[in-house]
Amino acid sequence: MKPPPFDYVRVSTVQETLDALSSVGSEAKVLAGGQSLMPLLNFRLARPQTLVDINPVKELASVSVENGHLQVGAMMRQRDLELHPQAAEAVPLLAEALGYVGHVTIRNRGTVGGSLAHADPAAELPLVAVTLGAEMVMRRGADSRTVPASEFFIGPLATALGEDEVLTHVRFPRQPAGVGSALRELARRSGDFAIVSAAAAIGLDGDRSVTSVRVGVGGVEAVPRRLEEVESTLKGGSLTDQVVEEAAEQAAANVEPIEDIHGTADYRRTITRVLTRRAIAAAAARSNGGQR
Amino acid sequence: MTTQANRVEVKVNGHSYVGFCEPRRTLADFIRKNCGLTGTHLGCEHGVCGACTVLVDGRSVRSCLMLAVQVDGASITTVEGMATDGKLSPLQEAFWDNHGLQCGFCTSGILITAQEFLDETPTPTEEQVRERLSGNLCRCTGYQSIVDSVLDAADRMK
Repeated sequence: MKPPPFDYVRVSTVQETLDALSSVGSEAKVLAGGQSLMPLLNFRLARPQTLVDINPVKELASVSVENGHLQVGAMMRQRDLELHPQAAEAVPLLAEALGYVGHVTIRNRGTVGGSLAHADPAAELPLVAVTLGAEMVMRRGADSRTVPASEFFIGPLATALGEDEVLTHVRFPRQPAGVGSALRELARRSGDFAIVSAAAAIGLDGDRSVTSVRVGVGGVEAVPRRLEEVESTLKGGSLTDQVVEEAAEQAAANVEPIEDIHGTADYRRTITRVLTRRAIAAAAARSNGGQR
Repeated sequence: MTTQANRVEVKVNGHSYVGFCEPRRTLADFIRKNCGLTGTHLGCEHGVCGACTVLVDGRSVRSCLMLAVQVDGASITTVEGMATDGKLSPLQEAFWDNHGLQCGFCTSGILITAQEFLDETPTPTEEQVRERLSGNLCRCTGYQSIVDSVLDAADRMK
């Protein structure tokens, strides 16, 4: 239960990070919050030759609201973002999701970028990124590129990040005025990884007609996924309890659930239906048009 | 690869410690072996049980999930730093009076976590206490006496 030997490099700028990664190559791992990597090292499930510690890279611990987006630097501590009033106002779903991430002590060190780059299938931040259509900004050498969240998460613990590439920022679209959002999760214990999670953002007009809708599920499949087919069904129609139930059933029918020690495919399918219904209903109740 | 011996200088409970260790030595092991402070415990070494919780620069962290080399120049608080001149803190007194521990293995991590919590939330509800302590595992007490201790401490610290 102790890490294997590795070389250790500490960097304090993005440029130093990129230089370190390009000189060490594929045998380097970036150490950010360490809340996912350190357990892997302690279990010896990962044996990187070099650890590049980016904790002193202050330029990545930023958050700003501009042009309709919340831009979060990768080294932003989860707890700091959770408590950031501007961020909570701009993207309430993010603040709500962060409350489900581990425990406060974990969130004191864990980073937004680290959770996204680690890409656990049951993690909350990837679900929010995918549901809201966030953009992932990454750098390699002198090059920078942006990838939509839907293309960033490729498989369990696998992302579009290339060798020597570092996630620097994530841009979440601001929640439009009047839209309500909610995240619902089932876990064995408070703070555990989700067995199934569902997120929704709903806009309703005065007649409960759906003006905007986003629905996503996590923990069910290898990566979190936005359920665009469910969104199409809901968009433009009237959001009655019956319609919400049908949308939840459609979600359950459309997912291809994984099986593991936490649940069978059948179990995850059932929970998908329940949590999708609850997330949509809660999001609608929080929207301006949903105040009954 | 060679095993580097890195110099780590750190303040623990107000006292300066200097140690030499490999980069792979966790903060928990550094506190226990290099500083000789064994009040911080190892329960799971993967961040789940909370027995290793300490404060680094005022914020609670899992010391099993940090490397000693990362805290060079930082200020650490462990359970040994909670009493002053041999007098227990109000939180520790409340645990004593409410039988908030049996074997004591989880206690140091719970005290650090609870102290940070009460500093942020001086008048918590029982539900808030349970939620905040849900990352600390106890095999002995069944948690009720721990919750009672924290609520009592909140009263004492008003």
